Amino acid sequence: MQFRLEKRAEPSKRVLYIAPLIAVLLTMFFGAIVFSAIGYDGIGAVREIFLTPLTNSLKWQDLAVKASPLIIIGVGLSIAYRANVWNIGAEGQYIMGGLAATWVALLTHGMSGFWILPAMMLAGFVGGAAYASIPAFFKTRLNVNEILTSLMLTYASVQLIYYLVRAPWKDPMGMGFPQTRRFASEALLPNIIPGTIVHAGVPIAIIVALVAWFVMSRSVFGYQVKVVGSAPHAARYGGFSENKTIWLALLLSGALAGFAGALEVSGPFQRMVPGFPTNYGFTAIIVAFLGRLNPLGVIFAGIIMAITFVGGEIAQTTIGLPSSASGIFQSMMLFFLLAGDILVRYRIRRVAPQGEARA
Amino acid sequence: MPNRLELSGITKQFPGVLANDNVSFAVKPGEIHALLGENGAGKSTLVKMIYGIMQPDAGEIRWNGEPVIVPNPKAARKLGIGMVFQHFSLFEALTVLENIALGMDAKVPSRELEAKIREVMATYGLALDPHRTVATLSVGERQRIEIVRALLLDPQLLIMDEPTSVLTPQEVEQLFEVLRKLAAEGCSILYISHKLHEIKALCDVATILRGGKLVDTCDPKQETSRSMAEKMIGSGLKDIVKDDARSFGEPKLVVNRLSTLSTGHFDIPVRNVSFTVRAGEILGIAGVAGNGQNALLDALSGEVRSDDRDAISIDGLGIGGMDTTERRRHGLCAVPEERNGHAAVSDFTLADNSVLTARDRLGMVVMGLINSGAARTYTGKVIADFAVKALGPASTAGSLSGGNLQKYIMGREILQKPSVLVVSQPTWGVDAGAAAAIHQALVDLAAAGSAIVVISQDLDELRALADTLAVINMGVLSAARPVKDFSLDEIGLLMGGVHGEAAA
Repeated sequence: MQFRLEKRAEPSKRVLYIAPLIAVLLTMFFGAIVFSAIGYDGIGAVREIFLTPLTNSLKWQDLAVKASPLIIIGVGLSIAYRANVWNIGAEGQYIMGGLAATWVALLTHGMSGFWILPAMMLAGFVGGAAYASIPAFFKTRLNVNEILTSLMLTYASVQLIYYLVRAPWKDPMGMGFPQTRRFASEALLPNIIPGTIVHAGVPIAIIVALVAWFVMSRSVFGYQVKVVGSAPHAARYGGFSENKTIWLALLLSGALAGFAGALEVSGPFQRMVPGFPTNYGFTAIIVAFLGRLNPLGVIFAGIIMAITFVGGEIAQTTIGLPSSASGIFQSMMLFFLLAGDILVRYRIRRVAPQGEARA
Repeated sequence: MPNRLELSGITKQFPGVLANDNVSFAVKPGEIHALLGENGAGKSTLVKMIYGIMQPDAGEIRWNGEPVIVPNPKAARKLGIGMVFQHFSLFEALTVLENIALGMDAKVPSRELEAKIREVMATYGLALDPHRTVATLSVGERQRIEIVRALLLDPQLLIMDEPTSVLTPQEVEQLFEVLRKLAAEGCSILYISHKLHEIKALCDVATILRGGKLVDTCDPKQETSRSMAEKMIGSGLKDIVKDDARSFGEPKLVVNRLSTLSTGHFDIPVRNVSFTVRAGEILGIAGVAGNGQNALLDALSGEVRSDDRDAISIDGLGIGGMDTTERRRHGLCAVPEERNGHAAVSDFTLADNSVLTARDRLGMVVMGLINSGAARTYTGKVIADFAVKALGPASTAGSLSGGNLQKYIMGREILQKPSVLVVSQPTWGVDAGAAAAIHQALVDLAAAGSAIVVISQDLDELRALADTLAVINMGVLSAARPVKDFSLDEIGLLMGGVHGEAAA
């Protein structure tokens, strides 16, 4: 007996949007089984990871703070992926954005002025975009696969943090800890809800997603990205340059990742530390796909991912799950989502064994 | 003697369409039987069921008098049914012999196979060196591989799906010799085509399908091409209305020593191509597929830019260095041969596909934003004017049949009223009625003062449509002359590469 994937004439729009929900439900179901099988309270794990963050209102602020960088990076990645540009190195661009903002913060230490924070944000944009320009250069000039270059550059950027916080940027008053000094108050992201940890990055993330949605659905730029991504030949015929689009897609996704890095370092972290890379850049890949590469969908996907992060922390303390548990749940979600996508676009047909495939 | 193949009551239902509705006919031994019909009439579905690729929902297939079920192509070949597809399944980098060996159901030692191949070739006069690499072969030669492949199995029925669409007239004549010889030996041939004069020349019986139903079985020698065409489309056929007294204006599109670089392994660039098209003139460019037509279209449309600004000019303005968008602004629109993924994006709506090429000429972009209302309105007009069968501007391009998508694409460009239009294969896969409508639209556009270049492999189309004709072979274009001055033989020789007076 053989099976064959057969393309559906037109995938159902409804199923296309329900698929992420089904993926989340399947993740919960199989997650419970997997963790039960290895000796944990599986159902409790799923409850703590997926439900407690929602039912416990004290955790909402954590959700908002964790979701906002995921949303900002995820929006950038969803645009790049639409253009068929596989930027896997958002983590590195996020780090470079954070470092660039840190550099501005350290440079302006002792100065005052309203411009310091915007300058840091700008540095974040530029740092992320500049780092993403390396894969763009190699892709457009030498046709080097951007998946490899962008991914490997991430590891280089992590080493750069280690170097900077141990030597040139080390806090003179830090008692030998490898970290920069705490930023001056001019360089810190303001809190918008007193008594919580919710900072200005949260509304900014929503605004970024809304603007991106408008640009992608209404502008010629969004059109260009989509044509180049789905039919490069047609794009050339329509007068859109593929190389230009690759550059734009990488610069934009890099800039947004860098911006998220600047927000994080000036918000929750308040200084650069070796633990700054928290895999937001990688998790945002899942966010982009879970959100159907649609900036509005990315908002919801970012929140779902934040739930697994926050829930993972809760489950660590309440039922003693290892810290990698949320990673397992996140990867299962991506797995089920991609598998579901195949079934949305293709149907499985049983075929009688055949002597030969016909062209 | 029983019929070689007999179909009775064959019915096949697809979601939303009845592809074959109670079709019954018979093919006698040694008969060359034509299967005629427009696109979507159900010809392909029918032969796929005979060859075992699909199963009928109802009805019976009898083979030499015995009822049979053909579960798959392998079983069909075992019965003695061979098929030559319109699109070849050959590996370009392998030799003829290797390609044939790969397609055999049974393993045959290659020396033995080569001897058999040579024998079959000698019997039917198919000249081909088994050790040549496929990439070096012409389309006609490639088709011979497929024919040899089918003949090695000693078929009693050979199905040929649109075999001549890629051949020169001389190659067509050679193919007919082979088929006649086969028929004389008792092999039946089921010949699918929409070229009526070929069917008149070759076939003994013609079965005509329309909308999945059998509408007539006739003797093509007793019919005229016109009468058969009218049976195919079910109504009177419109002639192209051309004003005989029309005259041409000033030179509009001037191409001067245009050359392109080779981009791929098996891709043919154009060399030193020069021609002039005047306002109101339709220039036809004939040639066998793969002789540089794609390179020429890309160079004219602007997808590939030239270093020489004056290699291409419109109304005296050099546009060689401009990209497609700028050229469109200057009035040059183009339609490439490949519809899906080149002229249109399959998973975009038709309205979005209109934005692809019409956005600047028709003001669909305001300050970087797309005016989707304007795109929808224009798309609706294209759908109405060109009778595109689509639910509306929001249908995806991929949901349209090939012929309907072609109508949409041609309409999208023609309604922009370009002053220069370059089209490749304007009626490829389009049914006779729609082809006539597209031809008429092109003639009307020319009559309104546009210069038109039609690149086509269909000589009938070019002879009906073009005012002047040139032939492309191996990237070199012959001198253009009035189409009336060419004989069919001469075109064939030029297509095969014999240049009487090639353009310098």
